[in-house]
Amino acid sequence: MLSYIIRRILILIPTLLGVSIIVFLMLRLTPGDPAELLLGERATEEALFEVREHLGLNEPLHVQYGLFLQRLSQGDLGETIFTRQKVWIEIKQRFPATIELSLLALVISCCLGIFLGIVSATKQYSIFDYASMVGALVGVSMPIFWLGLIFMIIFSLNLGWLPISGRLSVHIDLEVITNFYILDSILTQNWAALKDTLWHIIMPAVTLSTIPTAIVARMTRSAMLDVLRQDYIKTAKAKGLSSFKVTYKHALRNALIPVVTTIGLQFGVMLGGAILTETIFAWPGVGKWMYHGIEQRDYMVIQGGTLFIATIFVLINLVVDVLYAVVNPRISVQ
Amino acid sequence: MKEENNNKDPHDRHPMLEQLSQLWKNKPAIAGLIIIVTFILAAIFAPWISPHDPLEVSLYDQIKPPVWHETGAWKNILGTDDLGRDTLSRIIWGSRVSLQVALFAVGLAFAIGTFLGAVAGYFKGKLDSAIMRIMDMILAFPYLLLAIVVVAYLGPSLENAMMAIAITYVPRFARIVRGSVLEEAEKDYVMAEHALGAKNRRIIFLAILPNCLGPLIVLTTLSMASAILDSAALSFLGLGAQPPIPEWGAMIARSRGLILRASWVMTFPGVAILLAVLGFNLFGDGLRDALDPRLRD
Repeated sequence: MLSYIIRRILILIPTLLGVSIIVFLMLRLTPGDPAELLLGERATEEALFEVREHLGLNEPLHVQYGLFLQRLSQGDLGETIFTRQKVWIEIKQRFPATIELSLLALVISCCLGIFLGIVSATKQYSIFDYASMVGALVGVSMPIFWLGLIFMIIFSLNLGWLPISGRLSVHIDLEVITNFYILDSILTQNWAALKDTLWHIIMPAVTLSTIPTAIVARMTRSAMLDVLRQDYIKTAKAKGLSSFKVTYKHALRNALIPVVTTIGLQFGVMLGGAILTETIFAWPGVGKWMYHGIEQRDYMVIQGGTLFIATIFVLINLVVDVLYAVVNPRISVQ
Repeated sequence: MKEENNNKDPHDRHPMLEQLSQLWKNKPAIAGLIIIVTFILAAIFAPWISPHDPLEVSLYDQIKPPVWHETGAWKNILGTDDLGRDTLSRIIWGSRVSLQVALFAVGLAFAIGTFLGAVAGYFKGKLDSAIMRIMDMILAFPYLLLAIVVVAYLGPSLENAMMAIAITYVPRFARIVRGSVLEEAEKDYVMAEHALGAKNRRIIFLAILPNCLGPLIVLTTLSMASAILDSAALSFLGLGAQPPIPEWGAMIARSRGLILRASWVMTFPGVAILLAVLGFNLFGDGLRDALDPRLRD
């Protein structure tokens, strides 16, 4: 199994290189002069010349790519066009917000999805099963940006229960240590801030978790059904083990194997979908930053954000694959 | 000499007919099919059934509520948007846009993906590795990100969105076809064709591919569902349909400003997306259950 893990980690490098190549090519393949694209139409000749020098646009493509990689390895993602801030710093400031949101959504979809899947499988063909699966199907068919807006209408505008957007109310003071607000408010024992934070995060998190919950629920249900049909389950029941023990101890452990992979993948999907959710809820994360970058055609923002999110996605896939190998003993035979 | 007995009951029907009749009995799947057909009909007959011109701006009729509100009227059954355009008409015409984009994107991905997958699975070796590496590079990007990047750089337009979505779907098709081809290529009938001197192309198209059809059909249907969602998402971000094209996602984006005063402008396009995608998902699930229960994943 160790060799599998090592092989898997080694594949990481060409994959990341591939991602960087695609992102690199994007700017160069855009119709129009990259320098003008970056600076706008009213840029002076000197400014254009500087950018061309800086990016090495007059050099052959592979030299440019080398320059690109070299800068990347030093953590230099360039500067945003419009605010002239270092891209890496902007990302660093914003990604805790994105991760916090995605993690909470992941936890919700894990718990809810697995629970729904298990109950649906053990009570197959019941009303609960039917309702859950219909709900899951509807959940998977919904555009999340629309769902978020609907939630906003119901819970913020009509019922007034939850704040409409943002991460923290203006009147709350929170000492920011890690930039993970939930963690920070617990660490500084600022309970008013904790409540405010949770109130702000719950709607975006639930919205973001809808599709993954549906997928996890379906996956869990089908995995459980497969496992429950196996002979060793019948053996366990024949041995006289209680139903509860059979379900949770024996069946679940094996059923969870493919589910773990699914959950890991969903986290990656959530990161990709962050752009949509964060935009709607004005959540100050990498997604919303990228959305504004897209609106303003700030190609450095788009490039930096894409590299960042894609890299995290690749790393998550790696973790999921390794976890799967650890959990599923059959993989080691390969 | 023993007589050759195929063990076939002359009353057995062709396996495909068996599967299709199973599908017919699957009520949710048929419901899905009805929804799909409804949208297709709406798309085709839009010019005739749409009560108003979807592009017609009418400053007298701004932000009118749906007919069941106190101030609503039958003139605009689902109300109007901030430019006085009729919501129902825009939704009907929007089905044209969404279905076209989804169809082209999925069709393109189908063509390219099937070709690449067949080539990879049949010829194996370095070609296989190279093609799969490219697929992995595409798959290294989560969900919409690659499509967003492609369109952001190429310039926002419906055509670019179509192409971007197609690119992100190619790996799905390539993988399935490659898997099927790898499996089939080992079988006897393929070796027989080889022995008879048949050209590779003939073997692939006429012999192997028809056997991969089941999973491909399922994938195509389910991909239509995601394509509608993805093109709506791209248009929502301003990267797909440009104004004034009536596209459901773009309609939702525009109406964000009206969320306080006129929440209906935002609600109905979303319901349209939901129904269309649901239709394809229901039908696709039914197809999958009928054609290959093993695919439940």
